[in-house]
Amino acid sequence: MTDRFRDKILPVTAILLAIVAAWYVGAYMLNAPFQRDLDRRAGETPTFSEFVVKTMTQPKPTLPAPHQVAVNFYENTFLRSVTSARSLVYHSWVTLSSTLAGFAMGTLLGIVIAVGIVHVTTLDRSLMPWIITSQTIPILALAPMIIVVLAAVGITGLLPKALISTYLSFFPVAVGMVKGLRSPDAIHLDLMRTYNASKAETFWKLRLPASVPFLFASMKVAVAASLVGAIVGELPTGAVAGIGSKLLSGSYYSQTIDMFAALVAGSVVAVLLVTAVGLTGRIVERAMGARPA
Amino acid sequence: MSGLRVSWQGGLAALLALAALLMLPIAEPSAGGPSVTAAILLLVALAIAVDAAPAGTMVRAAALLVGAHAGVYLLLGDLGSVNGAARGAFYLLLVSCWLLAWRLVSVLSSIRAASRTGEVALRLVIPFLFGVWILVLWEAIVRGAGIPFVLLPPPSAIAARIGNSLPILAADVNQTIFKAVLVGYVMGCGAGFLAAIAADRFVFMRRGLLPVGNMVSALPIIGVAPIMVMWFGFDWQSKAAVVVIMTFFPMLVNTGAGLAASGHMERDLMRTYASGYWQTLFKLRLPAAMPFIFNALKINSTLALIGAIVAEFFGTPVVGMGFRISTEVGRMNVDMVWAEIAVAALAGSVFYGVIALLERAVTFWHPSIRGG
Repeated sequence: MTDRFRDKILPVTAILLAIVAAWYVGAYMLNAPFQRDLDRRAGETPTFSEFVVKTMTQPKPTLPAPHQVAVNFYENTFLRSVTSARSLVYHSWVTLSSTLAGFAMGTLLGIVIAVGIVHVTTLDRSLMPWIITSQTIPILALAPMIIVVLAAVGITGLLPKALISTYLSFFPVAVGMVKGLRSPDAIHLDLMRTYNASKAETFWKLRLPASVPFLFASMKVAVAASLVGAIVGELPTGAVAGIGSKLLSGSYYSQTIDMFAALVAGSVVAVLLVTAVGLTGRIVERAMGARPA
Repeated sequence: MSGLRVSWQGGLAALLALAALLMLPIAEPSAGGPSVTAAILLLVALAIAVDAAPAGTMVRAAALLVGAHAGVYLLLGDLGSVNGAARGAFYLLLVSCWLLAWRLVSVLSSIRAASRTGEVALRLVIPFLFGVWILVLWEAIVRGAGIPFVLLPPPSAIAARIGNSLPILAADVNQTIFKAVLVGYVMGCGAGFLAAIAADRFVFMRRGLLPVGNMVSALPIIGVAPIMVMWFGFDWQSKAAVVVIMTFFPMLVNTGAGLAASGHMERDLMRTYASGYWQTLFKLRLPAAMPFIFNALKINSTLALIGAIVAEFFGTPVVGMGFRISTEVGRMNVDMVWAEIAVAALAGSVFYGVIALLERAVTFWHPSIRGG
């Protein structure tokens, strides 16, 4: 326990504190010129400590101080009713729902592609290079067009955003699952052959169980990617709802504090999602009899 | 015994071609007339027959190649310039040609190339055929079914648009890729690399920075784009700043992991040579970390493009790929958008390819490159 404290918790906390401290210094330095300008116009000559406090309390600072973001985040998360359009919970929920829809479709698609690649030689040789190429296409740049085009056909709301998330999240799953489905040793595959197991039996009883750790490792990457997809997908929807639209409207009105609070909300969602996938993975692996590494 | 062996793709293709024969014409109005229809059916039949005959692999592959591609070329030509002219026979023959192409790919996959060059050529040809057929199907369905241009332009129109607006595309690429992406990429990767080495020098820093870096890598960092645009203005500097932030953390985490990758034995060996920290770093640990570093460079090549283009949605001067995409979407010039996307995809692939080639040159000793 003390080892864990000394080797992990202490250094991480120290680094986080250092980041917060650097943030404060940065907030002072970035906000100072504007504040100096304000003071000169008002004809005030504040002392240094007064001046520092002023740089930390501007309503639209260049870089908001951490406590300003924290207060804004707290107010918009806990003090507002969750149905209010100002509530971050509401916006996070909108983003989360399309993230999850896209993540589910992407994972499914990735698994199907991986199964196809492992079992059909033609697919293996023709599809794999294109899967890699598909990710060099900056799909996020396509996002606005997908949304606009689908809206023209009459598909709006959750699905277009989820499709972008799907595109981003199928890739890690497909690559990870191909690796996982091929991970059984030759000796195990030979054993299945001596049992006269069919291809399907080998798949269900050997390949699939062997691929589970790979699946969850790549799902962690995929869920983070599909959150990014959902956020960017919200940008062109005309700032209706979601973390992405909150960022966009913040940038229109220079409400930096709101933007940072939205970023914090997005980060919280990301951490929760990755943790949830990680925990599920651990539970599943334990239920399948994996020894703790 | 040299009987006929019909593959399932060939058999199905023959059935579909027969069905198409009963459902003629291919298109209404048909640009080529009955002679073209006869030529297509003949090509398909010939390819199926040669494939089923006891011929050599190369002969069969050649017949399939010609049959499938000349067939589909004539098929597309028969549509003429009228949108939505396709009838049932068109789609049946299209699928039939596609099945022949599939058969071609499986014939090619079964070839065991004798030489290295042959092996490499095969490895390039098979995915190339796949890409060609995606474009062919796209073109055929869009033009055959008459899908509105605004929704999805056919590849031929996109290619024509690329050809017509090369100067605009070049200016956009120059603004987005050569200014924002490259500058940001070099700075971000460099900073991440140096930070990882600095963190590696102190155990305390390493233990603290790596988990934090890992967590930050999962965050939607792209969200800082509007803030950077606000800080650094509309020109490429703000896009480069987004790219720096996006590429920093993957590099930090991967280099950190890579520096820990050299084995105890090797490090002990370096100690018996009485080598100092820097000697060990440059002669053992950095080379051992190279696979990890290149992994980060590859991930970052995509991230950098995405970061720069998305950041342009929040405000730019009137040039740049992201700017062009968002304005042309608004003006419903979808072919220009697709042209821009094609260029972005090409740039991304070239970027990735260059890094992959560099990786092969630098980490020639790694098992995944040596193929053992």
